[in-house]
Amino acid sequence: MADKRMTEDEVVAELSSGMTIGIGGWGSRRKPMSLVRAMLRSDLTDLHVVSYGGPDVGLLCAADRVRKITYGFVSLDSIPLEPHFRIARQTGSVDAREFDEGAFYLGLLAAVHRVPFYPTRAGLGSDMLTYNPDLKTVTSPYGDGTELVAVPAFDIDVSLVHMNRADAAGNGQFLGPDLYFDDLFAMAAERTFMSCERVVATEDLLQEGSVHTLKIPRLHTDGVVEAPGGAHFTECPPDYGRDEAFQREYAATARDPDAWTRFRADWLDLPSHDAYRARLAEREHKTAGADR
Amino acid sequence: MSEAAIDEICLVALAEAFRGDGELLCHPMGPFPVAAGRLARASFEPDLMLTDTIAYAVAGTLALGATVTRPGAADEGIVVEGYLPFRTVFDQAWSGHRHVVMGASQIDRHGNQNFAAIGDYRKPKAQLLGLRGAPGNVINHTTSYWIPSQARAFVESVDVVSGPGYDRVAALPEGSGRYHEIRRVVTELAAYDFETPDRTMRLRSVHPGVSLDAVLAATPFELAVPEDVPASRLPTAEELHLIREVIDPKGIRKHEFRS
Repeated sequence: MADKRMTEDEVVAELSSGMTIGIGGWGSRRKPMSLVRAMLRSDLTDLHVVSYGGPDVGLLCAADRVRKITYGFVSLDSIPLEPHFRIARQTGSVDAREFDEGAFYLGLLAAVHRVPFYPTRAGLGSDMLTYNPDLKTVTSPYGDGTELVAVPAFDIDVSLVHMNRADAAGNGQFLGPDLYFDDLFAMAAERTFMSCERVVATEDLLQEGSVHTLKIPRLHTDGVVEAPGGAHFTECPPDYGRDEAFQREYAATARDPDAWTRFRADWLDLPSHDAYRARLAEREHKTAGADR
Repeated sequence: MSEAAIDEICLVALAEAFRGDGELLCHPMGPFPVAAGRLARASFEPDLMLTDTIAYAVAGTLALGATVTRPGAADEGIVVEGYLPFRTVFDQAWSGHRHVVMGASQIDRHGNQNFAAIGDYRKPKAQLLGLRGAPGNVINHTTSYWIPSQARAFVESVDVVSGPGYDRVAALPEGSGRYHEIRRVVTELAAYDFETPDRTMRLRSVHPGVSLDAVLAATPFELAVPEDVPASRLPTAEELHLIREVIDPKGIRKHEFRS
């Protein structure tokens, strides 16, 4: 099997401005944050992001890298409204393509199955159709007259997902409560890059979790990045929970341009994920000192 | 036991929305509605299925705030009876075996609900939660709403329709809206339903201690008001025990309750 290991910056070198990027996870849960931070180190811009959005979307909006967002929602979970995304919406700086959460799933599924759309009732009667004027409905061909929303296949160039474990060939393993839609993101995209908490030998995967946790086959994985703490500050159970204090600090940067400048300098303008982890360890040391 | 407080009366009124549901996924959003769902199951609707609000269906009555961290670990005293990750939840929703309770920043007399945005959707004055799962929930299965600030939320017309009301659904081709049902709206003042010939909002019961005038003053649209409006029922002693000692000993329900 091919060894697909690479670094965050090598992944980002495969991306280009204007691309449609799918990002796995859900809200502030198991987001491939080390890859998002690597995107922020690059000069990528004009992106179309497809996501059940959290701080991935917020950070990319705040750094002005986004042209368009296709989303089921954008939230930090414990902070219901993603503050940087709110600003982007309220200033009209991004093109918003919002779907019902379940309809979004069908857009991914249609892409995976290579069909132009999937029909659903989700969206009928709501303003999802009003404000997505390119969305069409279809009438059942079976004589019952039912009108349904035709959710178009999401056309994704590259997907980024974060797993708990993976092998070097890109078999991905989730150990938390929910895979979310990461397998569909991986299968829907032209190419997929997978970060993970730890790369393990293929023969050791089943020591980490049951066979039911092996949800992304290597067939869909083009690169594997070992990134311990790679989902920080989003949660990545059972490896770690959400860093709520850090998330609050991040959220507060939306209210204060100086705070955002400081946050960028402290946490984003760093050369690598290792440097980020070292900075984080320093912070934890300081916090522990303050507690004593 | 001390007399029922208004938050406990509201909790029972919301639990009543699940009466008769039998065996389905009771899926309220937010601590207050979750407490109402757990109360309904622990008292008069024992076959409901409820989750820990993450991904696990849990048997028995869980306290607010408790979640499953290690499924199958007996040390937590929590019995997991099923696994409901988000993908399964969507499948459940579309199968119809589900009743949700959502919030609403705005709702009109037809039951059109908005928690997406205030102002023009294209460049909103305030971006709120977004459409979230409301469009798909409301068109596919039974929905109720918990609205703890009626005067602010009841409006003549909503800025954005997240969950469609009866007028919008009536305008769809036949068959498209057949699974739509808005069962109940509960506010800090009263309970409402849509059991009128034109499926517009009707006053169902007024919470004890609240006057009809206060209800009408907080309602800017034409409301169907029956001749004899009953009072919302008081919690039983058993329900008060369940609320105070089992489901919400920390009083989390009171934080969300803004009177």
